[in-house]
Amino acid sequence: MAMEMRLPVPRKPVSESLGRETKKHLVVPGDTITTDTGFMRGHGTYIGEEKLIASVAGPVERVNKLICVKALKTRYNGEVGDIVVGRITEVQQKRWKVETNSRLDSVLLLSSMNLPGGELRRRSAEDELAMRGFLQEGDLISAEVQAVFSDGAVSLHTRSLKYGKLGQGVLVQVPPSLVKRQKTHFHDLPCGASVILGNNGFIWIYPTPEHKEEDAGGFIANLEPVSLADREVISRLRNCIVSLVTQRMLLYDTSILYCYEASLPHQIKDILKPEVMEEIVMETRQRLLEQEG
Amino acid sequence: MASVALSEAEKVYIVHGVQEDLRVDGRGCEDYRCVEVETDVVSNTSGSARVKLGHTDILVGVKAEMGTPKLEKPNEGYLEFFVDCSANATPEFEGRGGDDLGTEIANTLYRIFNNKSSVDLKSLCISPREHCWILYVDVLLLECGGNLFDAISIAVKAALFNTRIPKVRVLEDEEGSKDIELSDDPYDCIRLSVENVPCIVTLCKIGYRHVVDATLQEEACSLASLLVSVTSKGVVTCMRKVGKGSLDPESIFEMMEGSSARLAAPLGHFPAAPYQLVTD
Repeated sequence: MAMEMRLPVPRKPVSESLGRETKKHLVVPGDTITTDTGFMRGHGTYIGEEKLIASVAGPVERVNKLICVKALKTRYNGEVGDIVVGRITEVQQKRWKVETNSRLDSVLLLSSMNLPGGELRRRSAEDELAMRGFLQEGDLISAEVQAVFSDGAVSLHTRSLKYGKLGQGVLVQVPPSLVKRQKTHFHDLPCGASVILGNNGFIWIYPTPEHKEEDAGGFIANLEPVSLADREVISRLRNCIVSLVTQRMLLYDTSILYCYEASLPHQIKDILKPEVMEEIVMETRQRLLEQEG
Repeated sequence: MASVALSEAEKVYIVHGVQEDLRVDGRGCEDYRCVEVETDVVSNTSGSARVKLGHTDILVGVKAEMGTPKLEKPNEGYLEFFVDCSANATPEFEGRGGDDLGTEIANTLYRIFNNKSSVDLKSLCISPREHCWILYVDVLLLECGGNLFDAISIAVKAALFNTRIPKVRVLEDEEGSKDIELSDDPYDCIRLSVENVPCIVTLCKIGYRHVVDATLQEEACSLASLLVSVTSKGVVTCMRKVGKGSLDPESIFEMMEGSSARLAAPLGHFPAAPYQLVTD
């Protein structure tokens, strides 16, 4: 049983990754990007006093004549085809409101949800009354973005057996810009747990199910106790993801796995100490660079 | 208290984990998160401290002002507590939303300091029945990440340790009117002894076991908590039960004997040696 107290230390700046030749042009709100008027202004910029000024903090990206600034810390902006993990906040008539760390709550229509048993039919009034039986306030779901409304709100669907209500596990919230876009966001890690990397920054870590169940979307939650070995893996993964986020590393299955392996010599609760965090993320960075080069 | 929504399955996962002594972040039931303490952060106060416990961020400022002593205690100064739950912490605290929690915390602080030994109030007296020092302790909640009471008590203790009260001299005139003279030297001041200032230990009951230093998610799974305020010598100054669930008297006894007794010593060594890793 331990209690540790320490004085605050100034955070070390995240060291530049060693393999990059071109330095990114970073700006903060109010910085002048260019005084050349030949450029078109994109997201994150505005014209003031005949200069192009940044309105968000991030790297400047330039495509031919278009200049935009991609914000580092921002709410999730939905794009069609993204996988998201969300939490139900409201049950309304014929739809659920889902919280996905975006500016507006996302919407999950009753018609976009799979019925148990996988039947295909028009949703009736009884289905509407039974909505709370499927998903209640506070439940977590994994879904895919179907459409984006004009005001930026996102419409979700769970029209596949791999999406649906999530069972036992741990949710970690990270900035959405740190989740790398990949072909698949559902990973079964070899260390013994599975992870869903939501594009909206919600990361779900759960014990790998023993057999692939065929019930639609896992509506019947499995509430049996998870074994201690699985719990240790899940807790370690959670702490590794938190340390990668603190050091601003991109999150994808390989980086998480390397970080997990680098953290094995330490105790799970020690991973959250700043010195240990820096050490394991440094090692992860090294391994990733070796793998690329 | 700020709360998070959790699904049933998540709550079951947390409760089962606590039974097996492995919490979501790998800690045991009796492990605290790393605490960061900084004193002397606000320049225009007599003493201040900032404490970060995980995601909980507390700022405390102490101002010493002169006033008249209370009628029933003419030889002592006193402390006044005020807790401000700022809307920065969670949107629930917007407007008057944080007032209830603020008054609850302030009342708890009054209770734990309501004894003769915590702070030497006689040293705050300048002249009996006429002048004394009143210490206004203001607590500001910057971020709410679970386990508020513990963090606030640590911050109040650190701020009191940091408090510098200027030395005064009372001069008598021939007519009998008294004049108070403050010394000009900013370093000529008296410091309070915080050896006996208690710290609060919150024990949340989750399932059949209790945890220390619960996060917001763990607090959402617990129905009842026990707040014990204990000094470094193991003296309990106040005990309070919060929450709508019930606690068995046996389990209360076990919680007090076990956890708070073990935590009294490490909490007591602070703030003299803040860099130590104190283990049991």
